[in-house]
Amino acid sequence: MLNDFINQFWPSTVGGLTVGAIYALIALGYTMVYGVLRLINFAHSEIFMIGTVAALFTVTEIFTVTSPYTGFAMIGMLLLIMAVAMAASGGAAVLLEVVAYRPLRKKGASRLAALISAIGASFFLQELFALQVIPNLFDRPEGRNQVGVPRIVERDKLFEIFGATVRLDHVIVIIAAVVMMVLLDQFVNRTKVGRGIRATAQDPETAVLMGVNIDTIVRTTFLLGGAMAGVAAVLYVVEFELTVYNVGFVLGVKAFTAAVLGGIGNLRGALLGGFALGLIENWGAIFFGSEWKDVIAFTVLVVILMFRPTGILGESLQQARA
Amino acid sequence: MSAVLALGAGACGGDDGGSGGDTLNIGFMGDLTGPDSAIVIPPFNGAQLAIDQYNATNPKKKVKLIRYDTQGKENQAAALAPKAIKDDKIVAMIGPAFSGESKAANGILDKGKVPSITPSATNPDLSKAGHKFWHRLVATDQAQGTGIAEALIKAKSPKKAYVINGKKAYSIGIGDFAFQAFKAKGIDTQRDQIDETASDFSSTVTKVVAAKPDVIFYGGYYSEGGKLLKQLRDGGVTALFASGDGSLDAKLVEAAGAKQAENALLGCPCFIPFGEQTDPTLVKFVSDYKAKVNANPAIYSTEGYDAATAFIAAIKGGNETGEKINDFLKTYDTKGVSKQVKWGPEGELAETTIHLYQVQDGAIKWLGKSDEAKPKG
Repeated sequence: MLNDFINQFWPSTVGGLTVGAIYALIALGYTMVYGVLRLINFAHSEIFMIGTVAALFTVTEIFTVTSPYTGFAMIGMLLLIMAVAMAASGGAAVLLEVVAYRPLRKKGASRLAALISAIGASFFLQELFALQVIPNLFDRPEGRNQVGVPRIVERDKLFEIFGATVRLDHVIVIIAAVVMMVLLDQFVNRTKVGRGIRATAQDPETAVLMGVNIDTIVRTTFLLGGAMAGVAAVLYVVEFELTVYNVGFVLGVKAFTAAVLGGIGNLRGALLGGFALGLIENWGAIFFGSEWKDVIAFTVLVVILMFRPTGILGESLQQARA
Repeated sequence: MSAVLALGAGACGGDDGGSGGDTLNIGFMGDLTGPDSAIVIPPFNGAQLAIDQYNATNPKKKVKLIRYDTQGKENQAAALAPKAIKDDKIVAMIGPAFSGESKAANGILDKGKVPSITPSATNPDLSKAGHKFWHRLVATDQAQGTGIAEALIKAKSPKKAYVINGKKAYSIGIGDFAFQAFKAKGIDTQRDQIDETASDFSSTVTKVVAAKPDVIFYGGYYSEGGKLLKQLRDGGVTALFASGDGSLDAKLVEAAGAKQAENALLGCPCFIPFGEQTDPTLVKFVSDYKAKVNANPAIYSTEGYDAATAFIAAIKGGNETGEKINDFLKTYDTKGVSKQVKWGPEGELAETTIHLYQVQDGAIKWLGKSDEAKPKG
């Protein structure tokens, strides 16, 4: 058993960090919306799904990629796909806010109503894509089947770390995720809009009195969270090369867990929670088998919440300082 | 297809009230419109083909095939079976297609004295219920898991094997049988389980890389199998990858990628005439099927055809009630398009065969029976 752990530790770490990076990027969307509105945006998993479909569309319908890219062409291609996916996911998130949440917020409905609206929007988007968008966009009558995405990044071995192979796709996923999170963190902490977001998170009424336009702030929050889901979608498509109408479901649950684990409402907590969840899952699988992944991950979550009820980092968006 | 059915009904003179006069009703029960209909429509087409060919000979008693669409749901099967017996007065049933719905409907059919032949339900327990009117045209998951494992042992003489399976009942069952078959031959075998809904199987890949197996058996369906196979190959695993009927679909190649799926070995208790055939009976079957359905024969097409053929043979011999047809099946021993059709006392085939298929140049090819086939790679 210990021997297994030593043999599999580093490969599991590489796998855990890769999937953890994707969890973390999706977790940002949950955590930002929660920080500002105290709302769990359950349709965020579908915002991610829309990003994967946009990425697939770019790869197969706009550019018809047939073989993997290398060097600068690959980086350019990835940036381009990211731009399209971020626009699609960010746009969808803003639209979601306008349609599903804003009318409720304006009428002063309870948070529970918004939660039900979120679940409804989630189902609506899944079925819309299964029945209409995927069949029509890709000419696939069986809209519920998974759709493969052609390879964009070759599985080149870059280096070995203690016997674990690190491939190009792993490095791209991890670096891209960290860069995006640093950018977002800087944006929230250093810009005027970012200050508005923090102010609204701290005390919406006072923020309004101080001249913050709450609708703009909420819209920006959804846009940023959606755009991060768009980046996550591209990285997912690069790594796993598929999408399906309910691709966001399991990932959404995992990302939400990561957000809670790190401290919901906290951007750096989402990063930490994502990586921690990916690593715990993969390390736990070494001992107990892959079928125990989820049990281990959620046991750790419960234990951490018992001792730190607000998550590992605990502090929320309003207190984040530069 | 519905147009063909409507024509058939019209030709029989509107005998919707059930069997009688010059027409006998046979049922086909299975998932005809639901999520797994892709493996039920081919046997339905096979059965319809056999019946259309028979009716075209202008026999004294014509046969009408009635569809009972369960969408794969057990409660639907339990609700439709009494309707088939009482209202439609069927004299025989092809199906139910899946094991779960078979468990729900077999007892009702048995009590109603309706002989049934399932072309595709593979759960080993089905024959243990003591039903006297039940038959199947395929080998069980046990025969399949064991047969594929033994074919792997014969082809590769592995020192180490690895079994991976999904979490669904079929996946665990067939994984268990393969695991036991490797163990029984003294092969060092390890095992891991994947979650069908997940997309990241890196922890499983890590385990397989560390175990360095010579062969891998995967128990489960094609969509997860394809994802798993891709990640294994990308992770540097080159061991021969084998799976059962749940993965025998071109979508496995699509999900894994043609390069990664190359040489994947797929076993099935079914016979699918892929590619060019030499046996004249099969050549005729394939061309007739293509002419009727406008597609190549797929999984369980031949079994559906043979099931209908057995019932037709009984009716030709003047057996027009369920009990008489059932007695006739006891003596039936004929070479069908799928296999030699002859049943033992429990309704299991007297002789079971597992066929092996392999992905070669991105397409699934038939290699032969599992004890004779020579897989590449």
